[in-house]
Amino acid sequence: MLKVIQNRREQGYRTTNYPKEPITLYSRYRGLPTVHQECDKELARQCAEACPQQAIDADKMLIDIGRCTFCGQCEIQSQGELVTFSNNFELGTSSREALFTSGSLPALAEHSKQHFKSLFGRSLQLRQISAGGCNSCEADTNVLGTPFFDLQRFGIDFVASPRHADGIHVTGPISNNMKAAVLSTYEAVPSPKVVIASGCCSISGGPFWGSKDVVGDLNSLIPVDLYIPGCPPHPMTTLHALLHFFK
Amino acid sequence: MDNLLQIQNGQAVSRADIPDLDFTVFQQTVLDATLHGGFIVQFFAYEDEQSMLKLIAVIRSGLKLYVAGCSLAEEYPSLTPQCEKFHMFEREIAEQFGVRPKDHPWLKMVRYHKNYRGKEDIFGNDYSQDIPGNYPYFTVDGDAIHEVAVGPVHAGIIEPGHFRFQCAGEKVFSLEIQLGYQHRGAEKLLEQAGLPRNRLPIIAESIAGDTAIGHSLCHSQAIEALANLEVHEGAKIVRTIALELERIANHIGDLGALSGDVAFNPPLAYFGRIRGEFLNLTLTMAGNRFGKGLIRPGGIAFPVLAEHRQIMRNKITDETPGLTNVCDLLFSAHTVLARFEHTGTVSRDIAEKLGLVGYAGRASGLPYDSRITFPTEAYDQVESNSNERTVGDVLSRASVRREEIMHSLQAIPKLLAKEVDAEPISVPPSYTLAPDSFVVTINEAWRGEVSHCLLTDKEGSILRYKVKDPSFHNWTGLAMSLRNQGISDFPLCNKSFNLSYCGFDL
Repeated sequence: MLKVIQNRREQGYRTTNYPKEPITLYSRYRGLPTVHQECDKELARQCAEACPQQAIDADKMLIDIGRCTFCGQCEIQSQGELVTFSNNFELGTSSREALFTSGSLPALAEHSKQHFKSLFGRSLQLRQISAGGCNSCEADTNVLGTPFFDLQRFGIDFVASPRHADGIHVTGPISNNMKAAVLSTYEAVPSPKVVIASGCCSISGGPFWGSKDVVGDLNSLIPVDLYIPGCPPHPMTTLHALLHFFK
Repeated sequence: MDNLLQIQNGQAVSRADIPDLDFTVFQQTVLDATLHGGFIVQFFAYEDEQSMLKLIAVIRSGLKLYVAGCSLAEEYPSLTPQCEKFHMFEREIAEQFGVRPKDHPWLKMVRYHKNYRGKEDIFGNDYSQDIPGNYPYFTVDGDAIHEVAVGPVHAGIIEPGHFRFQCAGEKVFSLEIQLGYQHRGAEKLLEQAGLPRNRLPIIAESIAGDTAIGHSLCHSQAIEALANLEVHEGAKIVRTIALELERIANHIGDLGALSGDVAFNPPLAYFGRIRGEFLNLTLTMAGNRFGKGLIRPGGIAFPVLAEHRQIMRNKITDETPGLTNVCDLLFSAHTVLARFEHTGTVSRDIAEKLGLVGYAGRASGLPYDSRITFPTEAYDQVESNSNERTVGDVLSRASVRREEIMHSLQAIPKLLAKEVDAEPISVPPSYTLAPDSFVVTINEAWRGEVSHCLLTDKEGSILRYKVKDPSFHNWTGLAMSLRNQGISDFPLCNKSFNLSYCGFDL
């Protein structure tokens, strides 16, 4: 008992005051990228060709952050002339199209469905489904329950039964072998329900795009309401997206 | 060992030098080795340029590593009845290539997918149907026996898999674990003709995202061996530190989860927060909490300089006392010890028969640690670790993790003290792979031995890319740990192993 008290004293109070106070992530964190429109077209074409995820459109000068794994290769290759990644973690969008970006995203709070805010704004229970996820999206979703983030203080929680859930949060490129389980879990959630695609895998197949063993795009199975990009999304990206979409 | 070729971890050899044995000689040789202290590192099939089916075995014995090969017929006598270590490997070969190991004691699919050669399915599955397919589960008969089926979707945020228990009341007689739900076709994608080379590291680091550093190290070392790329000393140190940070973060998280599983909440909260601090240290180097993007063939992608070393040193100094105290809190609580002790025991004998690796193996008295046996990167500068409690129960697996956290916390500052700046490699990378070559790489990732094996054809294209995650060995260990346990101890046993679903399912 004494040790419990000692450790409690030592560990102190660690929960962030976000969103009341902003959080700045370490400068090397690769968040929202900017595509510099004035960049030399030839360099842009070279970077687009070398992009492992084929996420760069050199003609329209856009980057698809639904495909991008934020590996940073384009920034290094162009020495920042084509792309620079900022430490802005606010990446969630309510439409797939908005993820094709040159550096700004629509304000999420203004693009969510208003009935979701009234239905789930005070209490949101989600069922998480890993469908071919590599466990980095899963792990960085799980940490939202740790004291620093403390997701439950916002009335948001991950629950065991889809019957108790208001929606599903899907990670992974939807392996063919998980397709049936995703669909039956979705069906088991009572309507109205919300669908969240988390991580580039569930948005576009991520690193596994082109594999015959994955579906690669959750939206082709069920309509997605909220997209959270990243490989994996930083916990702050998920937290920001949930708060702005539902609150 | 006469028929085997001795090789080095991460050094390419010509495919022509691999002994091409007669099948019966091959069988006798690998059985001799594995029945007398040797362990399987890799055991897989591939089709050569003439579409002939070949079998490769990579075996470790003591401090040495060996390889041998043979041609494979459509049917062959299974090795599993003589040596259990082959059990899952033979099932995998049957599934991937439609080859039948005759008299295999439990021949069923591993991951549920069509075989690569378009042959008739060994298991009688129709793959236009969704998983679970057509196969039996191990059953126990009797009036008092009941069956519990769990998954694929589990309570909580966790990967999917199916667990089938045969119980009498609370007591588990048998647990069968059927995975495959996470299968993404990673090996097929890695060896796909014309796949841009720069996709390889991105795929490799997502084979198991919690082992991004372990798998990307194995991948990069294999490419470096085949393409003859030199890695700078500073980059080797950074890559070693990254692997140790991955180990620390995962072990801390699991100690917290174990604490939560026995309803002792303070360490769950504290470990959960501290784990994040170490993930953030990886972010300091990589820009990503799991280290994705950091390791690339030839070195590292981002500079790691004095500023970054100082952040790491400070954080380790700040967090070590608190972490030590929380460990003490967990391991001195008698309510915790009462649940950890003698729960989920895997004896040394069983562990050896199954070929368990990593902390699961070490907790059962198999001291193998590939950082010491087959050192890569800067591991020649890291001292070996030792474990006190190795009786194979949950407490052993938890104690080994605690010891490994403390060991890594001492190793990292010593590596940082070298003060070597590491410059990044240039992008996009360009390299050519040596033709007709073979390489196997081994690294001790946090769960244990990760191994990648590459074979190239005469043009230097990847002919076969075989990946083995330590979970491929260890899931059977978890199943064995449940024998004669209360079913309510399953979460605790499961978390003490904490195996990868996608690493197994690839």
